[in-house]
Amino acid sequence: MVDVAAPLVAAAAKPGQFVIVCLSTDYSERIPLTIAGLDTQKGSIRLIWQAVGKSTAELANLKVGDTVENILGPLGKPTHIEKFGTVVCVGGGIGNAPLLPIARGMKEAGNKVISILGARNKELLILEDDFKAVSDEVIIVTDDGSYGRKALVTEPLEEICKGASKPNLAVAIGPGVMMKFCCATTKKYNVPTVVSLNTIMIDGTGMCGGCRVEVGGQTKFVCVDGPEFDGHLVNFDLMMKRMNAYKQLEKQAMENYEQHKCRLKDIGTEAQKNSKF
Amino acid sequence: MDESTKHLNELLAKHKAGILKPADRYEIPPQAMPAQDAIARRSNVSEVATGYTETQARLEALRCLGCKNAPCVAGCPVKIRIKDFIAPIVEGDFKKALDIIRENSLLPAVCGRVCPQEVQCQLPCTVGKKFKDVDKSVSIGRLERFVADWGRKNHDKTNPKIAPSTGKKVAVIGSGPGGIVVATDVRRAGHDVTVFEAFHKTGGVMVYGIPEFRLPKAIVREEIEQLKNMGVKIVCNFVVGRTRTIKELIEEDGFDAVYVGVGAGLPQFMGIEGEHLVGVYSANEYLTRANLMRAYDFGKGADTPIAMSKRVAVVGGGNVAMDSARTAVRLGAEKVYLIYRRSEKEMPARVEEVHHAKEEGIEFHLLRNPKRIIGDSGGVVCAIECLKYELGEPDASGRRRPVPIQGSEFQIEVDTVIIAIGNSANPLIGQTTNGLELNKWGNIVVDEKCKTSLDGVYAGGDIVLGAATVILAMGQGRTAAAAINEYLTGK
Repeated sequence: MVDVAAPLVAAAAKPGQFVIVCLSTDYSERIPLTIAGLDTQKGSIRLIWQAVGKSTAELANLKVGDTVENILGPLGKPTHIEKFGTVVCVGGGIGNAPLLPIARGMKEAGNKVISILGARNKELLILEDDFKAVSDEVIIVTDDGSYGRKALVTEPLEEICKGASKPNLAVAIGPGVMMKFCCATTKKYNVPTVVSLNTIMIDGTGMCGGCRVEVGGQTKFVCVDGPEFDGHLVNFDLMMKRMNAYKQLEKQAMENYEQHKCRLKDIGTEAQKNSKF
Repeated sequence: MDESTKHLNELLAKHKAGILKPADRYEIPPQAMPAQDAIARRSNVSEVATGYTETQARLEALRCLGCKNAPCVAGCPVKIRIKDFIAPIVEGDFKKALDIIRENSLLPAVCGRVCPQEVQCQLPCTVGKKFKDVDKSVSIGRLERFVADWGRKNHDKTNPKIAPSTGKKVAVIGSGPGGIVVATDVRRAGHDVTVFEAFHKTGGVMVYGIPEFRLPKAIVREEIEQLKNMGVKIVCNFVVGRTRTIKELIEEDGFDAVYVGVGAGLPQFMGIEGEHLVGVYSANEYLTRANLMRAYDFGKGADTPIAMSKRVAVVGGGNVAMDSARTAVRLGAEKVYLIYRRSEKEMPARVEEVHHAKEEGIEFHLLRNPKRIIGDSGGVVCAIECLKYELGEPDASGRRRPVPIQGSEFQIEVDTVIIAIGNSANPLIGQTTNGLELNKWGNIVVDEKCKTSLDGVYAGGDIVLGAATVILAMGQGRTAAAAINEYLTGK
């Protein structure tokens, strides 16, 4: 997690929007990251991500005071927030980060907010306290049962949907497969469901089309038409396949990076050994 | 002394004596553009056309008849005084030639390379008409490039005079060819200019789209440096419509006028089965990964990956299709197929680009069009199914309409498909600017001065014209800049 000074982005950003980060101008990738929070007074935005590839690992190695060369945003359409009644916010893993400002917005608009937060295990659960502050009820589930209920997020979601007070809206953000099954669940009970997609992107302004998804049989661009869509219309299977497009190359880049880092560490240890102090 | 130098000296002697007749000029062979070897260049990204030698340039310049009515100028979107810049080339006074070009064109090194001269200045050329062959017209573009490169080599930079500060602020949205022209012309008039660019690098299509082997990035960098030296401010990572809206720029940030040159918008897809498969790219994405993000250096510094393609199908017949196909070759593809639904005659790509593409081994499948893209179980492209076409009656564009032949399906095994069939307008500015008139395709509507429906807001290039060219964007930039300067004088 980092807070980055980006006053123009902070001034314009609304829940549901994202930024594109490019660590160094010449050679770095452009990666989309959702805005998890902002401080308009300080002019900073909060980014939360999981280090899974080279660029996210590099980002994780930044220290306080370091500079991110390029941040573009805010991008995408903001979340449509109004008083719906009861809103269920379902977050999976790192998806809790973009979900938080939406949950807060929904709460501020006068909705009853029930948050379901899922993670593989206790260690990987994030932002629990923040969600408690903006929700009427928080349900925690973990895959291994190390914290909260041992269940998938779809279990409590289904219970809520078939309960006495059916929610008016569900918002689900997380891995593709989680969103897919959340939507399958809410569809059974006719609960409208918004999902936020984080596909592969380059420019983030509609120019490349790399982020395209099929929604209701039509091609849509996540960066300008989204990132939020009617989850009941999204073709998640296609989306998940597209998101794996560079798995092999990403793995290779990560391995190279790790080796490079190890070498640096070796040099560092060597230098320490040689140091007289 | 070699043959061509000897030939040149003989001609120059006659020319000086005033006895070089048009018939003599017709006899000078058109000078071929020297190029990198077709096999060698398949594995590098260096520039393909290497440029005329001085002897070649002067020989080619001698082919110009200096027509009184100068039909060529009518074909030039920025009205360069063509025969006037060609005449000093004959004399070897390249500095004078360059100064004449610069009166009208700000980016001669770019235009000399990427302008479609064969449908502009070179089309009405009297020499070409005489031979009934546009390829035999005077090579105005190559001469322009020669002069511009001479200037770059000899560090001959213009130091445009800048009028005293007016205190007026102008925002230029987009740092592509149109934006550069507007920024220069408006800055010259003494206004304070800020260029906003959404990408992290400046230059627009000249940097993300047109490949290095056709337009070296160094040239674009020099142009941007020139802007900075003139005192133009450049802000990257700023997307108008999201970071700030046009309304905010004018009402809150104090800009007195805005030029919208945001360029190509959303890539079009064909709407056929299989377009979401892994390995299907828009040309914009493929070229951006390769050029802007330098994916050709993946694993050697660059972090952005691109498909390691072996067999590639490119769909389309324009310059962008050629650029994509030729980029795929350079990224290591063994087979690259270009699939176009009409015949070669109807191809919008420049003849030179088609010629280079063929030399580099790209296989043309003409009168063919994809019906669907076929994927394997993992959702990765494995083949493209096409239909054969024949040409029917002319359509609205005046070109004969391609008609599919029923039952003519056939498949080509490929691992990558690049769709290069054009762009539709980007909706960002339109959606976030109240009162901005758009046409039914979402392009911004402007008058003959490039003014939009909003006061103080001007637009040009692809966002107005749909898919156009660098030179047309520059032409509109010129018009818009003049209108902005006029508007601000009255304000």
